[in-house]
Amino acid sequence: MIEVKDVYFTYPTGVEALKGVSLNIRNGEFVAIMGQNGAGKTTLVKQFNGLLKPTKGEVLADGVSTRNVSVAQLARKVGFVFQNPDHQLFSETVEEEISFALRNFGFRETTLKRRVTWALNLLGLTEYRKTSPFMLSGGERKRVALASVLAWNPKVVILDEPTIGQDHRQKEILRQFIVQLNAQGKTVVIVTHDVEFVAECSPRVVLMAQGQIVADGDAKRILTDPDITLRASIVSPQITQMFRGLADLGLPTDVIDVSEAKKIILEYLEASSVERL
Amino acid sequence: MSVFEGFRFRQVSSPIHRLDPRVKFLYVLVIFIAAVIFYELLPLLVLFFLQIPFVLVAGVQRQWLRSLRGAMFLTTFLFAFNLFFGYISPGTILGGMSPLEYAFAMSLRFLVLVESFSIFFLTTSPDHLSLALEQSHVPYEFTFAFTTAVRFVPVLAEEAQTIMDAQKARGLELERGNFLKRVRNYIPILIPLIVSAIRRSLELAEAMESRGWGASKKRTNLYVLKMKEGDVMLIAISIIFLVTAIYVRYFFPLPPLTTIFPK
Repeated sequence: MIEVKDVYFTYPTGVEALKGVSLNIRNGEFVAIMGQNGAGKTTLVKQFNGLLKPTKGEVLADGVSTRNVSVAQLARKVGFVFQNPDHQLFSETVEEEISFALRNFGFRETTLKRRVTWALNLLGLTEYRKTSPFMLSGGERKRVALASVLAWNPKVVILDEPTIGQDHRQKEILRQFIVQLNAQGKTVVIVTHDVEFVAECSPRVVLMAQGQIVADGDAKRILTDPDITLRASIVSPQITQMFRGLADLGLPTDVIDVSEAKKIILEYLEASSVERL
Repeated sequence: MSVFEGFRFRQVSSPIHRLDPRVKFLYVLVIFIAAVIFYELLPLLVLFFLQIPFVLVAGVQRQWLRSLRGAMFLTTFLFAFNLFFGYISPGTILGGMSPLEYAFAMSLRFLVLVESFSIFFLTTSPDHLSLALEQSHVPYEFTFAFTTAVRFVPVLAEEAQTIMDAQKARGLELERGNFLKRVRNYIPILIPLIVSAIRRSLELAEAMESRGWGASKKRTNLYVLKMKEGDVMLIAISIIFLVTAIYVRYFFPLPPLTTIFPK
């Protein structure tokens, strides 16, 4: 779906943000791109829909090189939800806000109405249809931004820092929503710092540091590997840290899921109480 | 957003950077007055080229060129409008110039203004600027508002870039459509930019108040601006320049260029 071939990117200011990145995201995959601030995560995903064009190398989105087409053309296939919803909301009503992109893509009025209703419903925003987006709370504004992208049903959805500024409940709703989208066959790419969130979603993790990919694999392997996490300066999920501390008891150290952890501990307790008897 | 680049200060040192900002401002003001009192092409050309040595001495030619390039859009706009109205009502043109020459002169006048302000902002740090204002007895509230505005220009420029990216990612094509459509294309960029600027200013005000802004009425400064030799020289140059400009304006009829260099 998205093929990144040995891409280098240097900003006009001279900052070398990507140094030889190759990555292949297949159709229907769920990928989390992680790494420190300044590791090049956002720079990388901005290559996916042509907002930035590689200085060297090539990016293919759905088989088309991003060099040859406009952002608007790519956006039809690759939807990008920015970190801060305030950077895109401008309409008088939520409904208008969601229609904006559909108008840009030339949807017919009847299809447009249907898609807007669908997107409002999808994100539980139906009651705010005629409300000004500026009157909504932070979490709701973020949902409007998400709805405004999902409305045109792009094949790939990129979410830049979706969990920032969201309370626990919102995060949980978001997680379920992303998992559900992915289950319906949509390719989902998230850029995030939130290790706990990734541990709960368990996607494929692409770890970046200093403009390069340092690790690529499933969440469990990467988030529990002490060498890799150290190299990319991320911290393992709390549950993994706890299990690492309990390694002496003979428990596994590659645990990222809370329910899995609970099961292991219960089994261990049971076994040790049997021993004591 | 390259036009903003041209106004962003970079910390370097040159004889121009070290000049007293008040004196530099006087110089810019003189250029401004001169550019406004002349509408002929010849003096505006002189004004334009006269400032190039300043740019070279300050070593800011790259940023300066960038600011001029950024001003190109508005310049073309001015050129087209003046040409258009020059043709429909030739009576409005001063000095017996042809509409083409007049349009050139008006665009150049704008460029001269951009050029001089760009030199000023490229060679004056915001800190110097606020010192200069304060020591010219401008109330601190105004000084602060002004320097904050200057300081936030690059922040806003960056934000505008992000907003543009976000809207492009929603299929907005800025360069599409006729002229009116293109202007309307900027609405989805301007509204978020203004809203976030207002939000940011409210946050800034709250943060400042919670850190005791305005608690003491009388303020003193660590640095005090002092005029040096170079400053006195620039004052002299500026005054001579202004007097010459006014003299030429009132006592020296300037013919249109086309009569000096007939085809």
